[in-house]
This record gives sequence, structure tokens and C-alpha cells, in this order.
Amino acid sequence: MRRIEEYRSDVENQWCPGCSNFGVLTALKRALVALDLPPRRVCLVSGIGQAAKLPHYLRCNVFNGLHGRAVPVATAIRLAHPGLTTIVTSGDGCLYGEGGNHLLHAFRRNPDITIVVHDNRIYALTKGQGAPTTRRGVPTRLQVDGVTSDHAQMLATAIAHDCPFVARGFAGDIDGLSAILRSAIAHRGLALVDVIQPCITWGPHSADWYQERIATLPGDHDPADRAAAIERALENGAPLTTGILYQRDGRPTFEKTVRGRLGDRPVAELAPIDRSVIDQRIAALQPDGDG
Amino acid sequence: MTDLGIVISGAAGEGIQTIGDVVARCLLAHGYAVFSTQEYESRIRGGHNRYRLRVTDRPRNAPRPDADVLLALNDRAADHDAPLVRDHGWTLRPSGEGERAVPLAYRQIAEEAGSARYANSVAAGALCAAIGLPFGVLEPVVRRTFARHGASVADANVGAARAGLERARARLGDRAAADLPPREARYFRVGAHSTAIPLAAAAAGCRFISAYPMSPSTGIITAFARDPELGVLAEQAEDEIAALQMALGASAAGARSMTATSGGGFALMVEGLSLAGMIETPVVIVVAQRPGPATGLPTRTAQEDLLFAIHAGHGESPRVVLAPSDPQSAADLTVRAFDLADRYQIPVILLTDQLLADAQFSLERFSIPKASLAGRFADPDSIREYRRFARTETGVSPRLYFGQSEHLVCLDSDEHTEDGHITEDLAGVRRPMVEKRLEKGRRLRQEIAAPEIDGVEGAEVVVIGWGSTKGAIEEAVDELRGAGRPIGRIHFQELWPLPELDPPGAPCVTAEGNATGQLARLLRAELGWPIDRTIARFDGLPIDPRTIVEGLR
Repeated sequence: MRRIEEYRSDVENQWCPGCSNFGVLTALKRALVALDLPPRRVCLVSGIGQAAKLPHYLRCNVFNGLHGRAVPVATAIRLAHPGLTTIVTSGDGCLYGEGGNHLLHAFRRNPDITIVVHDNRIYALTKGQGAPTTRRGVPTRLQVDGVTSDHAQMLATAIAHDCPFVARGFAGDIDGLSAILRSAIAHRGLALVDVIQPCITWGPHSADWYQERIATLPGDHDPADRAAAIERALENGAPLTTGILYQRDGRPTFEKTVRGRLGDRPVAELAPIDRSVIDQRIAALQPDGDG
Repeated sequence: MTDLGIVISGAAGEGIQTIGDVVARCLLAHGYAVFSTQEYESRIRGGHNRYRLRVTDRPRNAPRPDADVLLALNDRAADHDAPLVRDHGWTLRPSGEGERAVPLAYRQIAEEAGSARYANSVAAGALCAAIGLPFGVLEPVVRRTFARHGASVADANVGAARAGLERARARLGDRAAADLPPREARYFRVGAHSTAIPLAAAAAGCRFISAYPMSPSTGIITAFARDPELGVLAEQAEDEIAALQMALGASAAGARSMTATSGGGFALMVEGLSLAGMIETPVVIVVAQRPGPATGLPTRTAQEDLLFAIHAGHGESPRVVLAPSDPQSAADLTVRAFDLADRYQIPVILLTDQLLADAQFSLERFSIPKASLAGRFADPDSIREYRRFARTETGVSPRLYFGQSEHLVCLDSDEHTEDGHITEDLAGVRRPMVEKRLEKGRRLRQEIAAPEIDGVEGAEVVVIGWGSTKGAIEEAVDELRGAGRPIGRIHFQELWPLPELDPPGAPCVTAEGNATGQLARLLRAELGWPIDRTIARFDGLPIDPRTIVEGLR
């Protein structure tokens, strides 16, 4: 039986006291423990922002890289070492803004990784500018008369691209979020989990504001129904429904497709290619060698 | 001594590459050395493209600007390239008259031989006649070239080639541009991008490449994708940013990894280059130069990114920059790049260019050096408490990959503690970590090879070059020495960090494919060498021996 203490990190936490990121951290740890995953088999990948510091606060392998770049890094980690449970944790600015293009192509590739987006609808670490998720008209420290663009609809975009697992969670509902993360990590293929994660310092909405608008998916929602999933994802008006919006099995994963005959072994453990392969190619470079 | 220049010119899509490859293979099978280069426009059809062949007894791998025979696939190309043809040269063209013109309606001759589709074989046959190659040399090459399309197509092409050869011979009589008796030699025909770098990378244990298509670098990832036995997983990235990020992710998870691009793509990779320096993760980056700025001349050649490669990236961290001069050194330096990248846990840049990317060299010998994968990673059992960035005397920390053992690996783009966690401990961590990273650069400097130095003592002037210009500079220097001028020569292939070197003690000029003398600036700034001036070529074409000879006049 795995214990949550195995995942406890001694690194000093830089989040604001009472930050809802703590809820995501706890939910993730519980999910990893529930899945009986040892820390050595887990690799967390993040970009930049307060959310992107999460991997430091959980004992496992960590690639805390650059702003927006977590997804291609995680994709390649998983390709080189399919034995690693690879999870991206970063903010909406990092993954939907700076890294938006990478996300689109992750939907196409379908690597077996989980992407957890801490969605607080604001740029918090840079002190309160509009994010791709901030709603039109909401005033920020930079867009003082209100954000002038519409928000990104990345969950609907993901479903439109047949991303095989798409869910919305709430950082204030640790049990519910942990259950979603457990399913997301266990799912074979790309899983995108947008976590509503209220920023208590920069807003733009309070935790109570969200609490009033959040509802769990109705029991009759069928995650295999793509059109219904897109409708739920678009969240046209309240409530914001949490749960697994879309799920389907059987899409070939990126690493299975690209690795082909290499199987599942980490490439670092593969024997070097046979020297005769090289020698044959060299021999064919001479005029009598290509017949 | 044979030194024959052939230019095949025509529009993109007309088949000059197929014809050039067939004739080059004939010449190699006949015992000659062929140096072939390509000049083409950034378009899919039309325009004016050239395939040049330089035919010699012994390898002379330097471009030659003129032609003894011009094979023009259309009349516009024939007129366009008329100035290239030497006084006693021949021009083969579809129609038109002239004392030194051989009009041959390739398509019509092909039709008579079976089908207009075989016009390129007619042209190849005609070209063989013009350089005195017998049908017996041409036939097996044509047959092999078309064998995969079936025996009847191969037969038809052989017939068309024979018709082209006979028609041209009837016209030329015994006045062919050359007499090429068979020779015993069998040279290797090697391209740096198509063959040397991919084979060397595979032999070095490279397991992953990610790249975004960009001329003139695309041949490298293509070579891996088309030869799965090389064992290198190849992924076309959505952009160059992702390409380098993927290579770094794969590297952190245990794969020897690389990417390849050109200047504009490398510009997008620069944040990742800086990241590689910070997380001390090995990666090899091929930068195939082409003229800039911006989109510049996408399919032409240049040496404009030397200082960019050396200085790219925010912050300060060590890297290595290597510039191969031919396919053999491209193979050697590729293996070396992977070795240095791993041993110092740094990014290594291989600077090539369009000339090197697209030229096929003839070499007397070609080999791929043996590579060692031993010691890439630390032994997890010998470590009690693992710290990825543990400070050591050499600055190099024991490296483990993700999931290798119970030891957890933590990489952070922020300044970090020895165990890889984010910190703002300025006094206790920042200074020592900067010093740790820079110590690797200091040690690297002791390991970088000195340039090739030749005939510098008592020289009237020393010509200094780097990378792909070596063949042209060597040939020009030989010629000038033959004329009694004592010319020295220095050639750099390992450019960063520059080893400590005393100045040559004779007047120095650099010869470079850029307008501002980037190597000259580097040698002045880093080594205090007095460089008088630069022989600069920046029109998009390669430096050839004439460029140097005229520059030293």
C-alpha cells in the first residue's frame, strides 16, 4: 500500500497562503497514490508561472522548463521512456497562451500524457494581466477597461480534435478533482484536464463566485457523445460543469505509432545498432556497391 | 590531368537532378572523381536551376564556376548560361544553331525511341557522348536507375539513352569535350547531410531527432525517416521551438538526441539553447546556413551564422560550435558532437551550409568513427543521495535520466540548488552555480582541436577560413604556390570555445561566405590576432578557388 508521504517534498512552497493550487497538489498526490505509482515512475513537466512550480512540491522526477513548452517536452519524454507516467502541470497562460500551438499538435499526436491546466483566468505571477481564458469585458491591471477579446475555448477545441479524454475539475473540490485525475492518468492516450483554480490575490473572480456557478455533470451525460461533450465544454452560460466531458478508447498513441518495432523499452536501455548496418551503407557509396 | 566542368541547367521539375545523378554515377563507375553541387530557386516548378559536376582524376572537392559542357534542358536555360561555357566548350540544347551548339530535340528523339517520357535519358545519353563516355558505361547505370519501375521501363530508358548518345555522337564526331579512358579508382560518393551526418549520428547512438522542414537542413531528418534500420526515431515538429524542446525532453529521458534547422529556425530555438545550458542537458543542433537576414535566399549558401551560433541564447553558459569542411569531417565531428555534448552536458552546434548540404563529394576513403556510449550516465548504485547538479571540480555533475533508478531527477530552468529545485539564494547558490557551469567551458577550451595550419612560416600572406570553404581555399593556395607565391593557410573546424593560439606572424586575411568578416572579428576579439581584411563572398553562391585567387591578387 502506497502512502501519500512518499510524495511529500521538503522544498519551500512559494504559493500564497490559502492558494487554491494547494487543492490541485493534494488531489494530484492522492490520485498518484490511488494508482499505486511510485515516485520514480512519475515525471512531472511544467512551464512557467505559479502553477508551474507544482512539480517542486511533490517528490518525483521533474522537468520544469520554459514558458509554454511543457507539452513538446512531455511528449518526447514519454516517447523516449514509455514507462514514465508523464504529467504536465502548468497554468492557462502557459498552456493555452504561450504554448497554444503545441497543445493543438498534441491533440493530433495523442501522446499518452496527462495535461493539467490550472485555469485561474488571469496572469497572476506577472501581477494581474488578462489571460486567454479571461472573459471579454473583465477589467484587469493591464486591460483597465476590460479584456477586448473573447476567451479561448480549449476544451471544445480538444474535443473537436478527438483528444480522447477531456475533463473539467475544480480546485475547491479535492475529492472530485482527485477522481478525475485518477481517470485521466489511467486513460491510455492524451488527457486534458482544465482545473478551475481561483486566484485569491488577482482574481478576477473569488472562490465563492465560482462555487456558486459550479455543478457536477448530470448523471445522464454520455462521455462518448462528442456533440454533447462540446456543448458542455463550451459552457455557454452557467453552470460550469465539472467531470469527464469526453472520453473514448482506442485511438493509437503517439509513442506506439512512432516507436513501432522498438516496443516499450526506454531507449537508453536499447543496445546500439549493429555496426554492420553502418558498414552496408558505406559500402553502397562506392560505384560497384549499389548494384 | 582531367578537370572537366559540366553544367546541367533547366527549370525546376525538368529532371536535372536525375540526369546529373545518372551521369555522376557513370563517371564514378568509370573511375573518376565527381564533385557535384546544386543551385536552385525556392520554387517547385519553373525558374532556373543548375546541377554542376566537376570531373577529375583524383578528388577535387571544390566548386568550379565554368563549364566545358552545358546541357540545357530548355533553350532559355541555354541562353541564360551561355556565359558559363568556355571558348571550346559545347552546348547541348533542344534547338538553336551555333558553331559550338549541339541541337537535340530530346523529347522528339525520346518519342522515336518509345515515349517522350524518356527525354531525360536521351539528354543523359547525349551528355555522355559530349564527354566521351561509351554506351557500355551508361547502360548499367540507366538500367539500375529505372529498375524499380519494371524491366520494360528500364529497357525503354536504356533505348532512349542510346538514341541520345548516338545522335550527339553523330553530331560531334571525334570532337567530344573530353577523352576519358577507364580508370581503376572507385571513389566514395558522399553527401554530408544525406549520408555522413545521419550515419555518424546513428553510429553514435542517437535515438531521436525532431525537426521542422527548412532548406537546406531537411535532408538530415529525411535520411533517418527513410532508413528505419538506423534506429533513430524521427518526428516532424510543429515548429522549431518544439523541435528543440522535444530533443531536450528525449535527452532528459535518456536518448541521445538531435535537431536540424537553418538560421531562421535556429532563431526560434534560441530559448531552448539557453534552457539546455541551464538544465545541463546534452543535445546536438545542426544549423545549415543559408543567406539571411530573415528569409534571405532560402536555397543558396552562406557562412553568416558563425557569430550567431556562438552568441545565441540569453544568459551565460558553455556550448561548442563545430563547422565541418567535408563529409568525412562531418561524420567525425558528428560523433564528436554527441561525445562532447554528453561528457560536458551541453548543447553542441554543428554549423553546415547549403553547399555542404547539397554537394556530393568524391572521397578516396570514407569511414564513420567508432563511438562510445560508456559513461554517459552515472551508476545509480554508487550514489547515496542524488543531486543532479552536484558541484564537482570539473563542473560536470553525475547525470541520471528520468526513471533510471530510485533516484529522482529534477531539472529546472530557474536557477536551482544542487538537487535541481528553484531557489533565490543569491549568495549561497547563484554564484557557485554560475561558476560551475562556466568551469565546464574553461575545461572544454583545453579540449578543442587547433585549426589545420599549413605553410605559415615565411608566408607572404595567410588565408584563414572555416567550414565548407576548405576545398576551395586549398586549391587556390596550391595554385598560387605553384606560381611561386608563398601563401599560408589556416582552417578552423572547431570554432567555439576557441583554443588559445598565438597569431601566425604573417599578414592574415580571412576568406568567408559573409559580408562582415565574422571569423576575422572573432579572431581579433578572442585571440587578438591582427587580421588585415576579409575576402568576402555573399552573393549566395559558394566560395570557389577563383574567389580566393582573385582576392589575393
